[in-house]
Amino acid sequence: MTESDAFRSNTRAWLEANCPPEMRQPMRSEEDACWGGRNWTFASDAQRVWLERMVERGWTVPHWPKEYGGAGLSPAEAKILKEEMARIGARNPLYSFGISMLGPALLKFGSEEQKKRFLPEIARGEIRWCQGYSEPGAGSDLAGLHTKAEDKGDHWLVNGQKVWTSYADKADWIFCLVRTSTESKQGGISFLLFDMATPGVSTKPILLISGNSPFCETFFDDVKVPKDQVVGQVNRGWDVAKYLLGHEREMIAGMGLGGTGGTLGAALKPDDPLLRAEIAAFDVDALAFAAMSERFFEMFKAGEAHPASPSMMKYAGTELNKRRHELIMAGGGSDALEWDSERSKGGKAARDWLRTKANSIEGGTSEVQLNIVAKHILGLPGA
Amino acid sequence: MPLLNDDQKMLQETAASFLADEGGPAKQLRHWRDTGCTDGYGTALWKQFGELGLTGICIPEAQGGLGLGSVEAALVLEEIGRNLTPSPFLTTAVVGARAIEATAHAERWFPGILSGEAVFALAVDEGPRHGPDRVAMTAERRGNGFVLNGQKQFVVHGNSADMILTIARTAGSPGEREGLTLFAVPRGAGDLESATLADSSKAARLTFSNVEVDADAVVGEVDGGWEPLNRALNSGRAGAAAELVGVAAGATAMTVDYLKQRKQFGKLIGEFQALQHRAAHLYGEIEIARAAALKAAELLDSGNEKAELMVAVAKAKAASVARLAVQEGVQMHGGIGMTDEHDIGLYMKRDAVLGELFGDVYYHRNRVAELSSY
Repeated sequence: MTESDAFRSNTRAWLEANCPPEMRQPMRSEEDACWGGRNWTFASDAQRVWLERMVERGWTVPHWPKEYGGAGLSPAEAKILKEEMARIGARNPLYSFGISMLGPALLKFGSEEQKKRFLPEIARGEIRWCQGYSEPGAGSDLAGLHTKAEDKGDHWLVNGQKVWTSYADKADWIFCLVRTSTESKQGGISFLLFDMATPGVSTKPILLISGNSPFCETFFDDVKVPKDQVVGQVNRGWDVAKYLLGHEREMIAGMGLGGTGGTLGAALKPDDPLLRAEIAAFDVDALAFAAMSERFFEMFKAGEAHPASPSMMKYAGTELNKRRHELIMAGGGSDALEWDSERSKGGKAARDWLRTKANSIEGGTSEVQLNIVAKHILGLPGA
Repeated sequence: MPLLNDDQKMLQETAASFLADEGGPAKQLRHWRDTGCTDGYGTALWKQFGELGLTGICIPEAQGGLGLGSVEAALVLEEIGRNLTPSPFLTTAVVGARAIEATAHAERWFPGILSGEAVFALAVDEGPRHGPDRVAMTAERRGNGFVLNGQKQFVVHGNSADMILTIARTAGSPGEREGLTLFAVPRGAGDLESATLADSSKAARLTFSNVEVDADAVVGEVDGGWEPLNRALNSGRAGAAAELVGVAAGATAMTVDYLKQRKQFGKLIGEFQALQHRAAHLYGEIEIARAAALKAAELLDSGNEKAELMVAVAKAKAASVARLAVQEGVQMHGGIGMTDEHDIGLYMKRDAVLGELFGDVYYHRNRVAELSSY
C-alpha cells in the first residue's frame, strides 16, 4: 500500500466513524451552512459535533500548517480528503471568508504575530470575518476607494463607508481596504483588520431582488484601530487586496461546478425538445468547465497557472452558473415562480436564480475579468 | 487530471517544432492544394511522422510502437490543428490503429503504419450526417466470405487509403447496434468517387455492388462490429477534439497578433474594448476546450466508465469553441480575412470539416443527453 492509499483508507475510516449522518444529507437551504463566529447558533447538535471534530483534526483548513490550526496536509492529501468527503456527501463543516479569503492573504503577507493571533481562531470557526472592499464610489474601479485611515500616533482613525459587505451584520471582524495616502491611487491603500464591535462601526442590511439581505452597507465613524492591525506594509495594501481577490475569484468560480455529480438534464428531465437541446448544450459546457477546474487546480498547485487565470475561471464559472439557474427556472415552469410557499421551500428556485445575478458582479464584474485577461494574458494594448 | 509528465512534454515539443517547421500551410496545405495533389497531403511528410515515431503512439511496444495513448495522440493532434497540417495521422495512426488492435489485422498492418507508409480510412456514414448505428449497408455470407452491398460517404482519405475500415450489417436492422460487422476492405474494392472538401482534403464516396471480401477481412467478431467501431470512433472523436483545439488556438493566436498590428482611427484595433472582450472570452473558451479534450483522452486511456460521456463533451465543446474562434478570426481580420491569400480563412475551412467528422456538435450534445438519460 502506498502512503497515499494508507492516508485514503485512514481518512475514509475516520469520516465514516465521525461524520454524523445528518451532515451527510444535502443542504436544504442556506441556513444549513455553518458559518461559526461569536454569535453563531448551531442549527443542530450534529452541526456542532461535526465542526468540533473537524476542528480537532485541523481539517477545516487541512492544508494550513499545524501551528495555525491546520493539519499540514500536502495538496495531494488535501485532495484525497476532499474526495473522501464528497464520496459520503459530507457537508463542508465551516463556511468562512476567513478560510477562503483572509487566511491565504495572512499566510502570505501577515506578520508571525498576526498569523498566530488570527489564523487559529479562523480555523476553529470562532471569529467570523467580512470583507470591506467596495464603496459607493468604488465598484469596478476599486482602487478609487475613499474610506480613510488617519495615523493618530498610537492608533488609526477610520472614517468612511463600505457597501456590498457580505454578512457584515453577522461578522465579528472585518478585513478592510482603507486609504492611508492620497499621493497615489493604488499606492495609498492599506489592508486593515478590526473588530466590528469597535465603537463607530455600524451596518445596515440591503434588501436585494431575491428578497434576502446577504449584503450590507457598513459605516465607519471615528473608528479607532490599533496600529499593529495593518497586514503587510502601510500603503502596500493593494498587493494584499489583489492576492486575496485571486482567491475570492477562485472560490466564486467554483459556483460554475454547481452541485455534486450528475448533469443538469438528468436532474430536470426536460420533456420539451428545444429546452432539452439547450440543457444539453449547457451540460457540455458545464462538464467541460469541470474538467477545466480540475486542470486549473493542478496547474495552480504546480505553479504553471498564469497569475491572471483566476479571472478567466471566475468569468467562465459565474456566467455558467447564471445559465444554470435560467435553465432551472425554465425547467421548473410556474412551480419555480412561487415565492414563499412551503411547496417551493420558500421560493428557493426563484431566490437562488436571482442570487446568481450577483455572481458576475461580486468579486469583480465579468467585464473587469475580461479586461484583466485581455491585458495580462493576451497582452492587448491599452487594456 | 495530472498535468503532462516530462515525457509527454518532450513529445509535445517534438511535435510542435516538427509541425511548425514542416507542417505549415506554405509547405503543405497550400502547396498540395495548388499543385492539384490527388491525395490532399504529402506522402513524404507522412513518412517523417513515421521516422519520428509519431505514427506508433497508439501501437503497443511489443509490436514496435510507443505504447502510449490518446493523451499523447491529442498532443500531436493539437499541433496538427494549429498548423493546419494535412495528414492521415488521425484516420490511420489513431482510428485505424485502435480499430485493429488485438486483432489478426494488427500484424499485417502495424509495420506500414509505423513506417509512415500505410494509410487507413474509416467508412461509416451513409448520409450527410453522422449516425453509426443507422448503418444499412449489408454484408451477406457467401461461400468462404461476404458480399457487400451499400454506399458510404465522407470517407476521409478514402481515395488514397490502402485499407478502408467499413462497417456493414450482417444482421439486425438500421438503428440497432447489434448485428454490425467491421471489415478491413482492401484498396480497389467498390466504386470510388473522390470528392475535394472545403478544406482541400479528399474524401471518398464508395458504392459497393456485390463486392466480395474474404472472411478474414472481418475485424473482431461477426455481428460484434460495434465494439471495435465504437472504440475507433471514440479515439477519433477525442483526437478530432484535440485537433479542433489546435485549430481554435492557431486561429486565435493569429487574430490576437493582428489586433496588435492593425491600426484604424489612429489606434491599434486591439485597444478597442469591443474587440478585447471578445478575444478574452475566446481565450477562456479555448482553455476549457483543451481541458475537456485532455480529460476525454485520459479517461479513454484509463478505460474509465465516464470516457464515452467525456468524449462527447470534448467533441461538442471543441467544435463549438473552434467555430467561434474561426468566425471571430475572420471578422476581426476584416477584409483581409476574406482573401485566399490570408491563412485565417484556411482555419475556417478546416474547422468546418473537423467539426463534422465523427459527429458534429448537435450529434454530441444529443449523446450527452442520452448518456445522462434525458
